[in-house]
Amino acid sequence: MNLTVRQLLAVVAALFLALTACGGGKDVPAADSTGEESSAAAPSENTLSGPLTVFAGASLTDVFTELAELFTADHPDVEVTFNFGPSSGLATQINQGAPADVFASANTSQMDVVTQDGSAAGEPTVFTENVLQIAVPAGNPANIADLADFANPDLTLAICAPRVPCGAAAETVFAAAGITPSVDSLEEDVRAALTKVELGEVDATLVYVTDVIAAGDSVEGIDFPETEEAVNAYPIVTLAAAPNPDAAQAWVEFILSDVGAAALETAGFRSP
Amino acid sequence: MSDPDLLERGLRPTSATGSRWRRRTPKVVSSQRTGAKIPLALLIPAIVGIAFLVLPMVGLLIRAPWSELLVRLAEPEVGQALRLSVFTATLATLASMVLGIPIAWVLARSAIRGRSILRALVTVPLVLPPVVGGVALFLVLGRRGIIGAWLYDTFGFSLPFTTTAVVIAETFVAMPFLVISVEGALRAADARFEDAAATLGANGWSTFRRVTLPLVAPGIAAGAVLCWARALGEFGATITFAGNFPGTTQTMPLAVYLALQNDPEAAIVLSLVLLVVSLATLTLLRERWLTRAR
Repeated sequence: MNLTVRQLLAVVAALFLALTACGGGKDVPAADSTGEESSAAAPSENTLSGPLTVFAGASLTDVFTELAELFTADHPDVEVTFNFGPSSGLATQINQGAPADVFASANTSQMDVVTQDGSAAGEPTVFTENVLQIAVPAGNPANIADLADFANPDLTLAICAPRVPCGAAAETVFAAAGITPSVDSLEEDVRAALTKVELGEVDATLVYVTDVIAAGDSVEGIDFPETEEAVNAYPIVTLAAAPNPDAAQAWVEFILSDVGAAALETAGFRSP
Repeated sequence: MSDPDLLERGLRPTSATGSRWRRRTPKVVSSQRTGAKIPLALLIPAIVGIAFLVLPMVGLLIRAPWSELLVRLAEPEVGQALRLSVFTATLATLASMVLGIPIAWVLARSAIRGRSILRALVTVPLVLPPVVGGVALFLVLGRRGIIGAWLYDTFGFSLPFTTTAVVIAETFVAMPFLVISVEGALRAADARFEDAAATLGANGWSTFRRVTLPLVAPGIAAGAVLCWARALGEFGATITFAGNFPGTTQTMPLAVYLALQNDPEAAIVLSLVLLVVSLATLTLLRERWLTRAR
């Protein structure tokens, strides 16, 4: 069998077509089975069951995981699974057809990405808010006092990159305060910024209040007045293609309830 | 070792004394090899494998906003990130060669105890998630690290968030690729050439320089290519240990990742730029090696 590269590529292309054709064929029975499930689950109101998939911004990881335990205590037949990640990534996944029931975004702009695509069922509701705080290593070795210290070139400072939500918020508060920050690194997310503070490698960074609380004793938070210029709203919505719409609705109502609000407040979020 | 094996390596004595060896292309042997039939049992998995490796790239090409490509390329930040990437990856490869070839020699040729443990330790960066590698670098070289604290207190010098830190992070992650390649080449090479050189009075260093190095040059080249490619694509250790700042530490993979946060099309364009530059560089280098070998 003497094959030229061209013949080899032709075979590869043929294989690709065959694979995509197979994928198309498999879609048909899958659609049938979901249709059966939803028609069977529809009549009864109180007995929710089945898997419930919640896509939520990474900052909600701890509080949503905790709330899921309370939720399943009320609805033992529902199995809650989470996909935590950057809201931008989640929005992309949802618009690409990921089988999610609920989307809780860490900002309104990524929620807009989902609603404009027609992937949301109904209007999103803002369920909580988060604001920035200065995060310093335990003991505050560089004696950071307020936002003005971010202009000091002698300090090692990091903020989130302008492209990520915490970075956009940081830009807003610096603009409001009239400060040009002198930073050494533009971090890809809150976690990366906090790691550098926890290790004492940077003197200060700007992250959300909830992140400072979640980081524990190795990080201290310092409030500053300009933070009110960049209040981050968290909207939640059920999704149009939700495989389990009843459970999705129940979850959203649960997050908006007093129980949900109390858990969010403990984690450092504030009510809208 | 039989005569055809020697021919295959392109090695022949150039003088009657036999003290120097020269590379020569074994034309007869290679033309016999390329005409070999491909057994079906190899062909089918090879095709599936090629599809698996190439199709994601095809996906990028299909989704790429071609009209935007030139506009993006003209952006100063893109050129800056690209230059920094090529510069740091090249320095990391050089550093890996200076430190890694001796490691490979120790692993392949020396008789020290605990060699297998040493090999496992050297390849730790391969299995370590790169972000953890970056944190580990902080713990040693950061301003509160074991060595870094001393540097900082004595000289007021701090490595993290500098271009040097990028090179260090890339070297840490990429060097094992070079070490493994070179060790493999050293093991496959016939040690009797080295013995012969030693018999003829060459000391250890000159045997290494004049016999061993030319003998394993293709292995070193292959390892260097792997190492360079890995360094060029390095993300996790770099963004952790060196941070991300345009011009000093923002390499292409970092720019791609950040673009992905809110501008997926830009991320695709940047990825393609990186892909084209790395493919072009590797192809050019390969051409040079092949022509030099002839």
